[in-house]
Amino acid sequence: MDIHEYQAKELLAKFGVPIARGGLAYSPEQATYRASELGGTVVVKAQIHSGARGKAGGVKVCKTEKEIEDAAEFMLGRKLVTHQTGSAGKLVSRLYIEEATNIDREIYLGFVMDRASERIVVVASAAGGMDIEEISASQPDTIIRVAVDPAVGMQQFQARELAFGLGVDPEIVNKLVPAIMGCYRAFRDLDAIMVEINPLVITKEKQVLALDAKMSFDDNALFRRPHIAELRDKSQEDPRETYASDRGLSYVGLDGDIGCIVNGAGLAMATLDMIKLAGGEPANFLDIGGGASPERVTKSFRAVLRDKNVKAILVNVFAGINRCDWVAKGVVDAVKELEIKMPIVVRLAGTNVEEGRKIIDNSGLTVISAETLADAAKQAVEAAQKA
Amino acid sequence: MAIFINEKTPVLIQGFTGRIGTFHAQEMIDYGTNVVGGVTPGKGGTSHLGRPVFNTVKGAVDETGAEASIVFVPPPFAADAIMEAADAGIKYCVCITDGIPAQDMIRVKRYMRRYKKEARMILTGPNCAGTISPGKAMLGIMPGHIYLPGRIGIVGRSGTLGYEAAEQLKALGIGVSTSVGIGGDPINGSSHRDVLEHFENDPETDAILMIGEIGGPQEAEAGLFAQEHMKKPVIAYIAGLSAPKGRRMGHAGAIVSAFGESAAEKVEILKGCGVAIAPTPSEMGSTVAQVLGKLKKVA
Repeated sequence: MDIHEYQAKELLAKFGVPIARGGLAYSPEQATYRASELGGTVVVKAQIHSGARGKAGGVKVCKTEKEIEDAAEFMLGRKLVTHQTGSAGKLVSRLYIEEATNIDREIYLGFVMDRASERIVVVASAAGGMDIEEISASQPDTIIRVAVDPAVGMQQFQARELAFGLGVDPEIVNKLVPAIMGCYRAFRDLDAIMVEINPLVITKEKQVLALDAKMSFDDNALFRRPHIAELRDKSQEDPRETYASDRGLSYVGLDGDIGCIVNGAGLAMATLDMIKLAGGEPANFLDIGGGASPERVTKSFRAVLRDKNVKAILVNVFAGINRCDWVAKGVVDAVKELEIKMPIVVRLAGTNVEEGRKIIDNSGLTVISAETLADAAKQAVEAAQKA
Repeated sequence: MAIFINEKTPVLIQGFTGRIGTFHAQEMIDYGTNVVGGVTPGKGGTSHLGRPVFNTVKGAVDETGAEASIVFVPPPFAADAIMEAADAGIKYCVCITDGIPAQDMIRVKRYMRRYKKEARMILTGPNCAGTISPGKAMLGIMPGHIYLPGRIGIVGRSGTLGYEAAEQLKALGIGVSTSVGIGGDPINGSSHRDVLEHFENDPETDAILMIGEIGGPQEAEAGLFAQEHMKKPVIAYIAGLSAPKGRRMGHAGAIVSAFGESAAEKVEILKGCGVAIAPTPSEMGSTVAQVLGKLKKVA
């Protein structure tokens, strides 16, 4: 789960990470009020779950009330498109008004869950302000990495190594170390999977400040972090995905026209692959879970049909513990209940597959039953092209 | 032989008396698995499905001599259950539980390193369908009847995609020595590489089908291991060719976040390591058959 910049900053500040003064605004009027509280030059920042907001017009330095109002008018209610949002963009409904900073140096600081070492790894670079991908491509030599031993946690000396490695003055090191340690503790204590401060700046006044902040959290740990779970902002999610995830389905929206209903994440990915290889485009990834009950099948149809681009639906269920006849009945009931008119291809495999196919074939519905995964994908692609 | 489990392996069920534990324990017993008891804290001294229930894993191991365990404990308590098994001297543990926090798994992995490699428990999963040595024993939630006993090893992240492979193999008359699910989480007990090593040393396995997916470094690492340390052929399929970067595809670990983690990149790396690639998920069985055909010609 992702959160907004201002939320990440509030959390990090509690762990001793220094941030600039700022406040939230939902309207141009509030924006100017916040700015007057702060005084002087401010930065108006659109709050969306994406980086690269500046290039999309989502960050503006403002000196006068008029400039603040104009910037707020421009951003609020607009969908900002960045390379991370997809073509639909993300809606701006709140602004963060922050006092301007005299930047002397910009540093990149990131914390990730490293899968190779199975540890939290800290990544820092003196080339702040750029994406870490850009830094790895253009200035890989500037990247410093430190892995944290999970038995004892991050140690001060590791933070010092990073700080000196970045080439900052000793007096700054003393300010940088608590900021790094604070980010680490926030990562560990809040079950984050990513913390990124880009840039972490050193001001002309020799202060250390987290100028931007991104945090992402482990969905599997939200049960024990209720105050983090509350920070979820559904307006930043694909509405198709919100609908599905609120009903316990694992769904990822894609751009094609073939809706997919599959049990198991691996089989679901493989089904999308087969559709692509057959010349079609999947509209979604959907894993209904290992136990494919008729109720979950109906829920899945509802979720898939919310996408208006869908022209055909492919159901691929490998019934292990469940029986195919049971799943087939679920499909038939769902099609009748939801009065689905578009072509549906059903591929069943596993226990009682013959009985399952019979139920599909004898249902009197325009449901096509396929024997193999390859056959199912081919039929679904043909059906979508005809529709 | 097979790997990890056979018909003799004495098995404990952790989370024995719960609804899910009960259902799958019965399925495993029916398959012929030597289930010797179970653990549910607070229910020690009672009996369930005709087997004794214990309060602690240590108590159960002392009484029954259990060597393997399977964990059905809910996510908040699953990491603790795995560490309890490791401490009690269980040799092989399967964790089925889906939804364990990643930092809990980091702690589990660190904890297991307290033991010397020879004495260290082998963990597969979490978030997997388990392990089956067809015709011998089942330590998982898979439909046992779709596996034909034989000499192909299967290692994979996904449950149902593994079933798909087993069924394709069965349709071609090809059997399986052991099928091991390593699970879809970013931090897991054993990697593809770890399981390949066990198959390489198993005299009853001739070739291995590896079913990988997007995300993480484990498929590439396994490819290098196969190239440098294995005599047996490895066949691989990588799911997620059409997965967009940065999106999590169901499994907590199925997300492309770095170079080399997309399906296309993994396929290239594996090809470079001499691994045979099943180009589509419906050709896993036939690709294995082709490789076996070549093996016979050489022999």
